[in-house]
Amino acid sequence: MHRFWAVLFSLVPVLGIGLYVLAVVGKGSIGGFSLAGLWLPENANPYTTTIDHLFDLVHIICGVVLGITTSVLAYVIWRYADHAGRKNEAAQYVTHHALLEWIWTVIPGAILVFLGFYQLQVWADNKMNRPMQTIDGNIQAIEPMALVVGKQFGWEVYYPGPDGRLGTSDDLRIENDLTVPVGRPVVLRVEAQDVLHSFAIPGLRVKQDVVPGMTQLVWFQVDKPGTYEILCMELCGWGHYKMRARMKAVAEPLDGIANGSSTEPSSTATPVADEEVKD
Amino acid sequence: MSFLTKYVFSSDHKVIGIQFLISSLIWFLVGGLMAAAMRWQLAWPWSDMPILGSWLFEAEGGQISPEYYTMLLTMHGTVMVFFVVIPILAGAFGNFLIPLMIGADDMAFPRLNMMSYWFMWPAFACLLLSFASPGFGPAAGWTSYPPLAVFEEAAPGSGLAQTLWLTGLTFVGLSSMMGSINYITTIVQMRAPGMTFFRLPMTIWAMLVTAILQAFALPVLTAAVLMQIADRLLGTCFFIPEGALVGDSLVKGGGGQALLWQHLFWFYSHPAVYIMLLPAMGMASDILSSMSRKPLFGYRPMVYSILSIGGLGFIVWGHHMFVSGMQPLVGAAFMLTTILIALPSGIKTFNWLATLWGGRLQLTTGMLFCMGFIAMFVIGGLSGVLMAVAPVTIFIHDTYYIVAHFHYVLFGGTSLIVIGSIYHWYPKMFGRMMSETLGKIHFFTTFVLINCVFFPMHFLGAQGLPRRYADFTHTDSFAHLQPINEFITYSAFALVAVQVFFIVNFFGSMIFGRRAGNNPWNANTLEWVATSPPPHGNFTSPLVVYRGPYEYSVPGRTQDFWMQTDPEDADGHIAH
Repeated sequence: MHRFWAVLFSLVPVLGIGLYVLAVVGKGSIGGFSLAGLWLPENANPYTTTIDHLFDLVHIICGVVLGITTSVLAYVIWRYADHAGRKNEAAQYVTHHALLEWIWTVIPGAILVFLGFYQLQVWADNKMNRPMQTIDGNIQAIEPMALVVGKQFGWEVYYPGPDGRLGTSDDLRIENDLTVPVGRPVVLRVEAQDVLHSFAIPGLRVKQDVVPGMTQLVWFQVDKPGTYEILCMELCGWGHYKMRARMKAVAEPLDGIANGSSTEPSSTATPVADEEVKD
Repeated sequence: MSFLTKYVFSSDHKVIGIQFLISSLIWFLVGGLMAAAMRWQLAWPWSDMPILGSWLFEAEGGQISPEYYTMLLTMHGTVMVFFVVIPILAGAFGNFLIPLMIGADDMAFPRLNMMSYWFMWPAFACLLLSFASPGFGPAAGWTSYPPLAVFEEAAPGSGLAQTLWLTGLTFVGLSSMMGSINYITTIVQMRAPGMTFFRLPMTIWAMLVTAILQAFALPVLTAAVLMQIADRLLGTCFFIPEGALVGDSLVKGGGGQALLWQHLFWFYSHPAVYIMLLPAMGMASDILSSMSRKPLFGYRPMVYSILSIGGLGFIVWGHHMFVSGMQPLVGAAFMLTTILIALPSGIKTFNWLATLWGGRLQLTTGMLFCMGFIAMFVIGGLSGVLMAVAPVTIFIHDTYYIVAHFHYVLFGGTSLIVIGSIYHWYPKMFGRMMSETLGKIHFFTTFVLINCVFFPMHFLGAQGLPRRYADFTHTDSFAHLQPINEFITYSAFALVAVQVFFIVNFFGSMIFGRRAGNNPWNANTLEWVATSPPPHGNFTSPLVVYRGPYEYSVPGRTQDFWMQTDPEDADGHIAH
């Protein structure tokens, strides 16, 4: 019977790592369900390729640890379980082993400290160091091209009006539709008007909770033209699941209202009334 | 002694422990059924629920409405965390085991102990009433983040229900507080002669650190809950920012900060993660050592690991808030502390494996559940390393990857140990053995199905699938994942169903189980000195402790165990 349990436990490393590899490689199918496309979705944002790299790196490190520890677990059942065949073999009286304990404290500790420092730059690039641009020889932070406001249950997008500035009375508003240029950094101002929401674009690895009373910035660059889904990823009420917006990434020059100097707002956009000005 | 004072209003720690155990197990079933209802909706969105649907959701034509789904996910989390895992570890096993394992006749404050159980009942009542209150019950998640949790207009139907939810939580907090004071005092003051701190079993060390965590972190949650109640009822604005709009109408007041709640909540609820894990680790250590007939490997490092998890546990709460809008520099600091806390957990795992290595493993049901715990905890712990890496969290925060992670730790980890511990200490609790055959069938099915339910969630999370969604089929990004959701749902239904083996075994063995002797597992610790079940007062004669709890297979002895109270030394001389 102990062999049965050993085999059962050996399935943990075998299937755990096996399914992971299949999903990453994206080949094969189980019961007619294709394993392709079960791992990270395509990433069109060059700022976050490092996030995907970290995701894979930590999975590889953890996969090795998982493989070793759970294999040992299956082995000890196979080898050391009590059964009729080893009645005369006593358990070893071992209380500790200083060298072994130092090894499995120092090595994982070193790996963890390495991971801790290795990721700092990625964190800073995505949450702290806002992209810069050079205008007339001066390096300056890129200004937000639009304001996105979360509310139950949708996203309002505000573009600068003819004056080219956000937060003025000529801003143009459109619901659940954002247009950004491909191939250059985009900075957005994100806010919430009622409860917490989270501005998330899985296809770009972008996520930022938006908090009523706070103003925040997110930035990314879309290298592949197309349509992306903006989701809400913080519980915001019963309609949380359906709170979505569309983001189109298009080649410049931008059409319609997303082009800041447009004087002909598209039919769906409405100029913001004075009392609704966001600041 | 009447029936009422013996079994209901008892101040005997063992009776209180079993009361906690049974009420938590009932809530476990309730929480599990809620999860099953959520899985129904996720696999077959908006389809009529068979049998129950027409009764529960008559108004919606038998479907689960999105409001009801949000209530379910809130209540599932609340019930499982506050009514199952915390009370079953500290309340049930802490109560039952602490006095027995340290050689005391009862807790330091038996009446306070009884009160800590009976304070759970107002909490039960509040939660049941909030189910039954008009509308759909509390719907702000178990984390109850404001402003959603504060604005009644933002979550229709949550008015009275949310207030009841908060009141219930206050009672749970009071109950835990009374328990933790009692546990600390008992462990520090009431150890038997000779029971030094470094002769305490790991279970007791874990319970001590857990009680300290509760005593110091819980007041913060209680204060925060009262602040949220004040925001809802008294017109204060702790968590309400200036100029918030709900449904396009301006909310009066303001000047508060929504993020404050998250800090206060997680200042308790991250230590609470360890409150939900450390006792399980302690009990696992004791079962593993006695069932492999081998000393626990590296006893002192195990103690230091628990202490450092307890200490670090206070300074990692911010990792729940990496993308919350908290200042990113603070996030970087929390990321470093969070990475560090992986180390003591890793050391414990390696020490467990070294304990098993070279032993004579007795593959009892309790032992199998413990080893299942190690395997599941390794998976859950390692995925925790991934989310300690803050940039990765930008992608996986609030996805099913997180759901997979904490279910591996809390269900695959803690719940397996809880079930394993029931199999292990059942003889002491009820004086009879549970059926090993039924137990092993239960272990096999549960272990396989837990993985069928939660392992695929890693892949859903790797796709970025958001948690707390009632339906994914309308999204472009995730509609293709629906077959996985169906598979998980079938597995989850089966997982609930196979618990029948446990229920039958648990209640059946009370009547039909083989009578257990004092020490059916030949274990060393003090609870096995007492009769099964122990009388009120626990031990018939005073105890003296001569050695640590893990002296198994000591060379030169005929027996492979050496009880802590055994006065005989290695040469067969009786100590005086």
